[in-house]
Order: sequence, then C-alpha cells, then structure tokens
Amino acid sequence: MSTAYGLAAVSLVVAATVLVGTFGLRISRTTSDFYVASRTVSPLRNASAIGGEYLSAASFLGVAGLILAYGADMLWLPVGWTGGYLVLLVLISAPLRRSGAYTLPDFAEARLESMAVRRVTSVLVVLIGWLYLMPQLQSAGLVLRTAAGTPFWVGAVLVAVVVTINVLSGGMRSITMVQAFQYWLKLTALAVPVLFLLIAWRQDGSPGLGQDTPPAFAERTTVSVGADVEVRVDRPVPVVVHGRMDGAQHAGPVTLAAGEHRIARDTEITFPAGATVPHVSALPVRTDSEWAQPLAGREYPLYATYSLIMATFLGTMGLPHVLVRFYTNPDGRAARRTTVLVLTLLGAFYLLPALYGALGRIYTPELLMTGRTDAVVLTLPDRLVGGTLGDLLSALLTAGAVAAFLSTSSGLTVSVAGVIGQDILHGGVRSFRAATLLALFVPLGLALAARALAVADVVGLAFALAASTFCPLLVLGIWWRRLTVAGALAGLVVGGGLAGTAVVCTILGGPPGGLAGALLAQPAAWTVPAAFAVMIGVSLLTPRSTPAGVARTMVRLHTPETLQVNRGTWRPKQV
Amino acid sequence: MDVALAVVAAVAVTGGLAAVPWWRGRRELGSPADRATFQTLHTASLAAPPLRAGLTEQGAQKAARHLRELLGSAALAITDGERLLAWDGSGDHHAEGALAHAAGPMDSGRTEVLGPDTVACAYLDCPVKHAVVVPLTTDDRVVGTLAAYGDDVSAGLIRAAEEVGHWVDAQLQLAELDRSRTLLMEAEVRALRAQISPHFIYNSLTTIASFVRTDPERARELLLEFADFTRYSFRRHGDFTTLSEELHSIDRYLLLQRARFGDDRLRVTLRIAPEVLPVAVPFLCLQPLVENAVRHGLQDRTGPGQITIIAEDAGADAVISVEDDGIGMDPERLRHILAGEYRGAEPDGEGSPEAAGIGLGNVDGRLRQVYGDEYGLQVETATGAGTKVTLRVPKYRPGVTASGV
Repeated sequence: MSTAYGLAAVSLVVAATVLVGTFGLRISRTTSDFYVASRTVSPLRNASAIGGEYLSAASFLGVAGLILAYGADMLWLPVGWTGGYLVLLVLISAPLRRSGAYTLPDFAEARLESMAVRRVTSVLVVLIGWLYLMPQLQSAGLVLRTAAGTPFWVGAVLVAVVVTINVLSGGMRSITMVQAFQYWLKLTALAVPVLFLLIAWRQDGSPGLGQDTPPAFAERTTVSVGADVEVRVDRPVPVVVHGRMDGAQHAGPVTLAAGEHRIARDTEITFPAGATVPHVSALPVRTDSEWAQPLAGREYPLYATYSLIMATFLGTMGLPHVLVRFYTNPDGRAARRTTVLVLTLLGAFYLLPALYGALGRIYTPELLMTGRTDAVVLTLPDRLVGGTLGDLLSALLTAGAVAAFLSTSSGLTVSVAGVIGQDILHGGVRSFRAATLLALFVPLGLALAARALAVADVVGLAFALAASTFCPLLVLGIWWRRLTVAGALAGLVVGGGLAGTAVVCTILGGPPGGLAGALLAQPAAWTVPAAFAVMIGVSLLTPRSTPAGVARTMVRLHTPETLQVNRGTWRPKQV
Repeated sequence: MDVALAVVAAVAVTGGLAAVPWWRGRRELGSPADRATFQTLHTASLAAPPLRAGLTEQGAQKAARHLRELLGSAALAITDGERLLAWDGSGDHHAEGALAHAAGPMDSGRTEVLGPDTVACAYLDCPVKHAVVVPLTTDDRVVGTLAAYGDDVSAGLIRAAEEVGHWVDAQLQLAELDRSRTLLMEAEVRALRAQISPHFIYNSLTTIASFVRTDPERARELLLEFADFTRYSFRRHGDFTTLSEELHSIDRYLLLQRARFGDDRLRVTLRIAPEVLPVAVPFLCLQPLVENAVRHGLQDRTGPGQITIIAEDAGADAVISVEDDGIGMDPERLRHILAGEYRGAEPDGEGSPEAAGIGLGNVDGRLRQVYGDEYGLQVETATGAGTKVTLRVPKYRPGVTASGV
C-alpha cells in the first residue's frame, strides 16, 4: 500500500476525532423549542452509538485474521459477540435500565446495598477495561505499521495521546451523535471495499477453498517479514532470500530445507509459484477443506468452541463501556428496543469480516508465514484490486480501523476513568484527570511490554473475565431474590480470581500445550459455572445477609415504568 | 517471573510495615487491670454498632455474643416482649422458655431473678439453671428484656446484668435519636418541596381572562396549559422526576409568562444534551431557577430578556445551568439568603428579590440534603451583570428514582 494514502487516512481520522472532541459541544443542538430540546435519543441512534463504541479493532481486524488462520470455528466469535446482546436483551437490558444505575458498581450498590460489593465491582471494571484496552492499542501499532511503516510503539502511543486529549477536553464523553456516526463509518469502511474485492474475485474466476492441500503461493511472491518469526517448512523449496535467516546473512537463492527456520525482521524471501506457504510455528497447518470444516481449528476444538460461546454470550453484559450507554434510554422498553436494533446492526456488520478472512486465505496466505494475520483486512485491497483504487480502498479500511480503536478506546477510557475517579480516587474534576491518565497509560505499558497476541484472543479473554464475574452478578442480581452480599462477594472473587489467573498465565507465559493449555486459553467454560455455583452456594448458606430492601428493589427492576406502584423513594442515610 | 517476585516482595514489605505499629501497640498495654478494662471497653464497643439500629433481630443477634462475653454468663437472651430476638450460649432448648421468663420484667419494669423451679430442665449437666432478667427501657417505656442465664446467680452477676442493661438502654436511646433525626431530615425535604407562588396563579388567571374575549382560542389553550402545569406542580407522590418532565413543566410556565409579558419580551435558548434527559432530578428543582431568571431578566427594563438553559453530560453527573442577562443580585445578600440567615418579612410579591432568593435557597437545601454538600447550587452573579445558576446532579444515587406523572 502506498504510505501517503495510509498516512492521509490516519491523519484525517485523528484530526476529525480531535476536532469533534474539542468542539463537540458546538454540534449539540441549540434551540428555543422545548419540544425539540426534550426529545430523547431514539433507539436506532442509541443502537448505532452502542455499535460504534462496541465494534473494536478486534471486530474490524481481528476476526478476519483469526478466520484466515483457524477457519470455520472462528465464526463463533462474531456470532457470540452479536449473540451476547440476545442474552442481554432477554435477561438484563430493561431491568438494568429500570434500576437507574449508570455504571456496574452503581447496579451492585443498588441491588445489594453494600459498599464492599461496590468496591469489588469497581476493581473488576477497571481490570476488564484495561484488558480490553490493551489489544486496542496493540492493533493501533499494527495498523500504523501496515499503513505507514512506523515502529510498533508509535501507533499505540499516538492513539493513547489522542484519546487522552479527547477525554480530557470532555468532548467525546457520550455524544451519542458522534458514536452513532462511528458505527456507520466502520460499516461503510468495511462494506465498500468488500464489494470491489468480490468483483475482483469474480473476475479472477472465483477460486474456491475446497482443495485438500495447505495454502500455497499462487504466483511468484516476495514476503517481507516485519518481526522475528519462526516458521515451519514441510517440503524443501527453492527461494531467494535477502536478509538474515537461521543466524546467517543471505543475498541470493537458497533451498529451504524441511523443518524449523528462524527468520530475522526486515528479511525478504521470494517464493516460486505453487510453493506451499510455510506457517508460523504457533499456527496449525490445515488444508483448505479442513479449514472450512468446523471443529478442526485448534486443539480440543469442541471444548474451545463451547467455552468461546459461553464467554462471548455471557461476557457482553459485563462490558463497562456498553452498559453506560443503556442509561441514555428513557425507559426499560426503549432499552429493549435499542438492544434489538443493536442485534440487527451487529449482525449486518459481522457478515463482512468472514468474507475478508476467506478472501485472505486465497489471496494473502503469506500472512500465515509472517504471523500477522490481523493485517489481512488492510492487505487485501492492494493484493486483489491494486493501483490507485486499491490504495484508496486500503486508505478507507485504515480509516475505519483507526476509527474502530479510537472510539472503543475513548468509550472504555471514559468508563474506566469514571469508575477510578469516583470509587477509587473519590470524586472531583482533578481526580477524573488523574484517573484518565491511569486508565490509559497502564494498558499502554502492558501493550508495549506484553508479547504480541492475536487481538481477538485478548479481547476474548476480557470477555471471559466479564462472563465469570459480572454475568453471575447481573443475572442472579436481577432474577434471584435470595442473592446475598456474602454470596455476591464470594462469587465475584472466585470467578474473577480463576479467570484472572487464566488470563495472566495466557498473556505472560502463553498457555502450556495440551488440555491445560486449552483450559487456560478459553477459561469461560469452567470459570463461569464455578462463579455461578459459588454465588448461589454461599448465598444459600448465608440467608441472613440478604439486603433489607430486596423486595422493593425487585419491584423497581421488574415493573414497567407506566405502572403506578410504590417503587420506594429516597430516604436519608441511616446515620 | 521477575514481575511476580517483585510483587511478592512488595506485598511482604507492605505487610511488614503495617505490622510494626500493631506489634508496638501490643507491648505498651500496661498492667493486667488496665488490660482487663481495655478488653471490656473493646467488647462493649463491638456490641454497640449492631444496637444502633434499635431492637432488631439481626442487631440483637450480633450484639448478644459480645454482651454475653461482657457478663460471662452461660447463656444470654434478648427479647422485645413479644418475640425472642436472640439467644446466645449453651442450652438452646431453653430458648423457647425465654419469652415466658421475660414476662415479669416486661410488666413490672424491674429486674427479676428466677430460680431453677422456673428455669431448669431435666438435663443434669445443663448450665442454665438460674436467670437474671433485666428490662430494657427507652423513654421510661419497657421495650424488651435482657436475660443472663447461669449455673448460679451471684450478686455480682445481678449487678453486672443491670449495668449491661443500662448500657444497652443508652444504645437504644441513641438508636431512637438516630431514627428521629432521619425522620426530621425526611420531613425537612418534604417541607422544602417547592411551592408554586400564589402570585403566579393569580397573574396567570388574570392574563388568561384578558384573552377570553379578544382571542378565545388562545385563552382556551392557555387554560389547558395552566391546567397541565398545576397538575404537575401539585402532584403529591414522588420526590423525584426526570429532567425531561421538568423541562416540560418549565415550557408551560414560560408559555404562561410570555402570554403575560408579551411574546417578544422573553427569549429562551435551550441547549440540552439528549443523554441527560432521563436523569432523575429533585421534583421542581429547575422551576425556581427559571422563575428567578424571568424575574431578574425582565425587572427594570423595557427590552427583551434572554434566558439560556443548558444541560450537559459530565460523566457520572449531569450539569444544568440557567442563565439570564438581567439586573443580577448582590452576592453578599444572596449568600445570606442561601445560608438561611435571611429572616425578613414575608416576600411582598413576585417581583421581590427576597422571593427569588428563597426559591434558590430552597433548591439548594434540597440538593444538599439528597446528594450531599458538594452538590449545592453554584451561583455566579453581580449587580447588573446577570445571573447564572448551575446545579450538578449525579446520574445515580441510591434510592433516587424518578416516579411518573
């Protein structure tokens, strides 16, 4: 891709974001008409805003990359990320809105009337937020490297700085219009190029993915390796190498023997047409027909699939930046309508990454060798369309990707900073500033220090952590009146502890092989039931610590607003 | 690995530092008698908080353990005269008898010592044979009993039980005090609930009357608006409403004011972030601010007055401001009014600045009651420089929910 177009796209989106952030208030409507002024946010706009904040770099870039590498199993990611809203719709959205809570700690306090639960919830919100922010920043580094060839850290630092400016200037806080626009921008940025790509694919004779061979280079291809990688070659292949390989400097034809090879960064290798693509050692080698089959992706595929389904379906409700948006709905009914629309919008969006993944398998198999499968979305237009049109489409995709991690990072930072400021630093404008820096620069440090993992995998871990803590709290809190303070605390600590340990093991060390590795990489299937069991069990054992106002709270959560019932009212705190 | 080591080391060092004062504290405790006193005081302090909620089952059960430790008796029972609230110690099978043992002191209000004939059971090794039952009183009314059970009743135990009874009485008195303080705060909030001014009703009705012949259609519309306005303002239930409801009411209010002063004399600009419309705010908390702005915006001038109402989203809070470009107020005087020090005569009409100040003071008082002192009104004003009143409302506060119309 031409660097100029990529840089132009990045700067355009960054400039637009900063401008909207700084002058954001100007575009909010000024009127003298009360009827206009007191119109609440419509469900469609609210749903677009949720989509705008929710569709992160993981959705925009990561899903396609994982589908390219692992195949049909990874389709569960977009399905789960959409399906999570179905669970949210059925079990959570309306009662949560009726509770009047703005953040998750608010809900915990409203339902359980306990400051201890509130504090534990706050800490978990911050941890989940950090875990979710980290891959956003990492993919920023990736996008900028693909688009403009900058070092990895530049993109991450750039996004962190832009988001800080934005959040501190107060503009991006929760302007629904801006967030709603982000959704449509992301959808356009992904949908328009895919049309061109599909046309190009048709003209190419619609090559399929049914062969029983691993992906191979269709023509003579030069691969340049961006970072040190270790690749596995199955059959000896004659190549031309410029750069360091296996510790020796090469500048000419070499025959790659079968086995492991270490390739240093900035090395260029030219493969002949028809050569099988060497895979990074971390990725499995699958034939195309295996790739298209379910349950053939990773080790223990059945367990991993169910665990993934559990994490994504149940984790969505625990994402801090999504839940605050529900407060904008005027009532529970509107919250439900919004959720239905979110389902529709996300369903439409998630059709696209699968197409990119499949096209990437055909046209950019060398990503399996460089290990940078997350870049597939950005690489395809150049490969498949080429020329100025290809550059423009790449620029559009780059812009969409930048918008994706800017909006998600802003939303997350605001939510996390709000919780840090209110519950940990105790209020005030100054503490919000300190909290913003804390909310953003801790994950920035992690992003720069941690080893490179697939974006969608880390986001998956954040979902698993949310599913093992907030899902039991919300579901039991809303639907089970015997939930007690002790039970909630125990469940949060056990679920958070187990899932947190799995997350730390996976990120720091990489999971060990075998069953233990599968259990740690996809912890949800055992941590979520454990958290539920502990929460229910301890609640049953401590019936005395049921909150005093549980009956009143339940009435408030479950009665439609139009019904005239006694929902209780404010009472001065017992001194 | 290094990170993990560093974390472990940090935790160990912090823990060690925290333990130092604790260890030093232990060494300097003084003579055995002193230590016994400290121990007793500490036990008493543990028993106090559960009793501060009054004689409840939960509180009594938590306190009973510590009270029994104070008395050193085999078992201890607390009743409220009708129910057994807590039984602590051995001999659980005596629990059902505790209510019968309490009957005497409940009636007489005097301590009773019960012997084995009423207390003891068939088990020989059961330590519950005698009982001292003391009444618990608040405001000279017997509200419950405290019974100490033991193998034998010494004069010391009787004395101790009576003393502990008095101590519990004191805690219950405090609980009563807390309760009345809470009731007082609630009553205060109710009393502070803004009232719409009788002058406004009078003026509106005369304005409408002036249209009845010249423009009956408009008179009808105004009358309906007036009806809606009063229905909202006079409603009895709920202390909170949503910002959008409050804005609707202000709209009606301004419509009536415009009819009175002439359409072109009052210009209103609104900039409302739609995100904060569902926020729950105290009932009629904007009304007095707008009333104040209208009064100041139009007083002593012939040209049009400008009122700007802005509601913004500020993270966990919503910030609402009402601004006018009128004559302003003397900050010193306003401070007195807001501090509740103004005790002038009854405000003599809609136009008086005192009336305005009282409206503001009312809103300020309610905001502070509900959300705490950091959420009071913020007024920027000077004589001749207009007035801007800003209020912050947290999006969520336990117990605060808007109730419908």
